[in-house]
Parts: sequence; structure tokens; C-alpha cells
Amino acid sequence: MGSLAGIGMGLAVIGAGIGIGNIGAKAMEAIARQPEAVGDIRANMILTAALVEGAALIAIVMAFLVG
Amino acid sequence: MKLSRIFFALVFGLLLAFTNTANAGGGNEGEGVDVEGIAFHHIADANVYNWNPWITMPLPCFLYNKDTGKWSTFLSSKFHFVGHHGDGSEIVKGYVLNAGSVMKIKNPTPEMMEGHMSIAGDHGHDSHDGHAHHLFSSELKTVDGKEKEVSYFEKDGQKFYLEDKTAWDFGVFGGEFTSFYDFSITKNVFSMFLVCLFMILVFLRITKMYKTNEGKAPSGVQGFFEPMIVFIQDEVAKPFLGKKWKQFLPFLLTIFFFILGLNLFGQVPFLGGSNVSGSLSVTLVLAVAAFLVVNISGNAHYWGHIVWMPGVPAWLKIAILTPVEIIGVFIKPITLMLRLFANITAGHMVMIIFVSLIFIARDAAGDGIAWLTSVGSIALTMFMMAIELLVAFIQAFVFTILTAAYLNASTEESHDHDHSDSHEHAAAH
Repeated sequence: MGSLAGIGMGLAVIGAGIGIGNIGAKAMEAIARQPEAVGDIRANMILTAALVEGAALIAIVMAFLVG
Repeated sequence: MKLSRIFFALVFGLLLAFTNTANAGGGNEGEGVDVEGIAFHHIADANVYNWNPWITMPLPCFLYNKDTGKWSTFLSSKFHFVGHHGDGSEIVKGYVLNAGSVMKIKNPTPEMMEGHMSIAGDHGHDSHDGHAHHLFSSELKTVDGKEKEVSYFEKDGQKFYLEDKTAWDFGVFGGEFTSFYDFSITKNVFSMFLVCLFMILVFLRITKMYKTNEGKAPSGVQGFFEPMIVFIQDEVAKPFLGKKWKQFLPFLLTIFFFILGLNLFGQVPFLGGSNVSGSLSVTLVLAVAAFLVVNISGNAHYWGHIVWMPGVPAWLKIAILTPVEIIGVFIKPITLMLRLFANITAGHMVMIIFVSLIFIARDAAGDGIAWLTSVGSIALTMFMMAIELLVAFIQAFVFTILTAAYLNASTEESHDHDHSDSHEHAAAH
């Protein structure tokens, strides 16, 4: 049971990892294009990453509770 | 110069590692280290406060027994601490202290409910190192068809079982509720009081300095905190809340500095590493505060879009949109709660597990390898501490900025649709 929950957590983290990786990559690109907008981009990057993270967190906590 | 710095860092790290695991890795000769136990003990709340490794501070217990309707009030030193585990060798009014937290005996004898008595009998008091014997053990028991680990202690040849702690899920997923209410000033509560007191003093001083320093450049603490306050004002409040930023700025600043203070306090070495902002009940209250502020200040435009989204066919609204939007109202604070809890707890756990690597290596390959491992392990731990310092700020900021984003969604006035579409889309999540 515990290992199944572990696999579930891993799957959730893969999704969040891809999502946050994309956000980071695009933010870096954006900063490279417009270095003067770095403050705005950083704030929005963190906000979007937090939203992606939220979905993964729910999955992880569910895995904890059920497992 | 540089070498001496590295040397200092290593010595400091070593000291840190051993004080952190003095209560954990040192014992259990021959059994191997129970890393999971150590990690969970480290992040748990407790009824004693260890300022490792020198001071063990007793805390007041306020316990209410639901069955008998009786209050018990005493200092947790009455349990008579044994060793660094936070175990107590005394039974006080049917309660015992197991791994730092007060637990109730399931099947106490009448004598146990009165006054206090020793668990181990005569030979309990002479082993002050706490490693020689364990007061509490646990075994797997089948309860309601499920296998569960139940703690117990033995006295006069009889087994006395302990109640489980109230579970993370408050019993929703099969966890247990205790049969007593614990209103004690625990380690977390005490740390929170300390941080609050510090914050009040600092911010009162800053307010005073703004009055006396008017028109002049900021100085001292004022200068230290002003960038953060201005950051929240300019990067969070103004862009998200538009004209109403002044109304919500105090709330956002309170949330930010409260979370930041607790996050940082948990990371100060030797202060017991209280995991306050990584405790679900604390983040729950913060999330409920955010939920109330967001929804109470929500205007007709916000509620209209939740209950009856304009411009969408009625069947679609009833079948999908309205239920999803209503769930969304609750999901938002729940993710706020979980995000802070999980991030801070994970940080504390990773740190203690990196330190535990030393003791895992010792069990697997002996002392020599353990010394070698300690170098790498300490380097990793210090790297993680640097990351966690960043996380402390980021999580406080994320909680604040998300609250502001939700506030933006709930207080925004309706305007031309072609213009608001993209805007709302960003804020609706």
C-alpha cells in the first residue's frame, strides 16, 4: 500500500516538475529578451509556479492520507 | 582566510549535526537508526521544549478529559523527563509523555487517574541517559480490521495501551481523535508567542521611527524592514488590488511578516527547530483568515460569476461551471494551507534526513565511513539550509501574492467584457 502511494506521489511530482520547468524556461527566455522587465517576470513566474505546485501538493497529500 | 572560513563552517556544521541527532541517533545501540521515527519526531509538536542540547524547558499542560469532564493543569516537568527523547517516567492523572507529546492511557487503573506514579517502578530513576531502556514500545494491532501501530508501556507485568494522537486528517481518512482536548502551551504555541512578541516590539519601534524620522532617510531596523514593506506594497498590493490597495495592505503585510518570522525562527539552529508554519493547524488558521477576507469582501460581480456565469448556456452552467466554481472557492484556501505546510515540513525533514545519513552510514559500514560521510552530509545540510532560507522568503511571498490575487478576483469591478476576459482568466485559478 505504501509503495503504491509512493508511485502516485512520484507521478504527481513528474507533472509538476514538467510544469514548473516550462515556467522557469520561458521566464528565463523572457528575461533574456527584456531584462528591464525582470521584476514583473519574476513575480509572475513565482505566482504561476505556486499554482502548478498546488495541484501536485493535493496529489501528494492525498497519497499520504490514503497510503 | 578562506581555509579558516571553511574550517569554521565544518566545525559549526558538525556541532549542529550532533546536537540535532543527539536525541535521535545516539541511542538504539545495535538496532540501527529509525530515520523515519527521527524525522517525524523532529517535525512534530511537543509538550516540552528542547533548546538542544542544553536546556529542557517544561511547558504548561491544560488538558480536558471529555469523559470525566475534568481539567488537569500542570507543568510537563511533572512527567519527569528521561533522556533527550522527551519521554516522561511518571504517569500524571492518567496521562503520560511519549516522545514529547502528552498521551492518554486507554485502560488506566484507578490509581493511575489519581496523582502521579512512576512507570518503571524502582529501577526507572537511575537511568538518566535515556538510552539504557525504553519506557514505551509499540506493536502492530488489528483495530477494526486494519493493522495499526499502537504504543504501550508495561507496568507490573500488565500492558497499558496509549491513545493515538489526533491525526493530520482529523479523522476523515480513518485517523483517530483523542478522547481528551489538549489546550496546552506546546512548543509550537510557545515559539509563536515568542515570534509575535518580537514582531510587535520591532514593528512598534518602526512605527515610532517613521513618526520621528519623517522626511529623513530611514535608519536602523526601519531601514532593514522598509525594503520588504515597500516590496509588498509595490509588487503585491498595488498591481493586484488597484485602487483598493490601501485597504488590504495591512492584512497582506501581517500575513507576510507572520509567516516569514515563523519560517525563519524554525531554521535558527539550537532553538529546537520549531516547525510552526509547517504545522497544519497553523496554516489552516491562516488559510481560513484569507478565505474569510476574500469572500467577505467579494462583490456582486464575483459572486455572480461563481453562481451564474454570464454568457454561457444554462445547462452547461448547472452541469459543470457552477459546481466547479463553488468547489474552487474552497480549493483556493486549501491549496494555500497545504502549500505552506508541505514546503516548510519538507524542508525540516530533508535537513534531518541529511544529518541522519551519517548514522545510517555508521550502522551500515562502521565509524570510519560515518566520519567520511559526515563531511558530505554536513555540506549537503548547509546547502539545504541556504535553500531553505530562500524558501522561507518565497513561501511567505507566495502566500501573500496568492491571497492578493484571490482578493483581486473577488473585489474587481465589472468592466467591458472584451477587455476583462484575459484579465479574469489569469485571476480565476
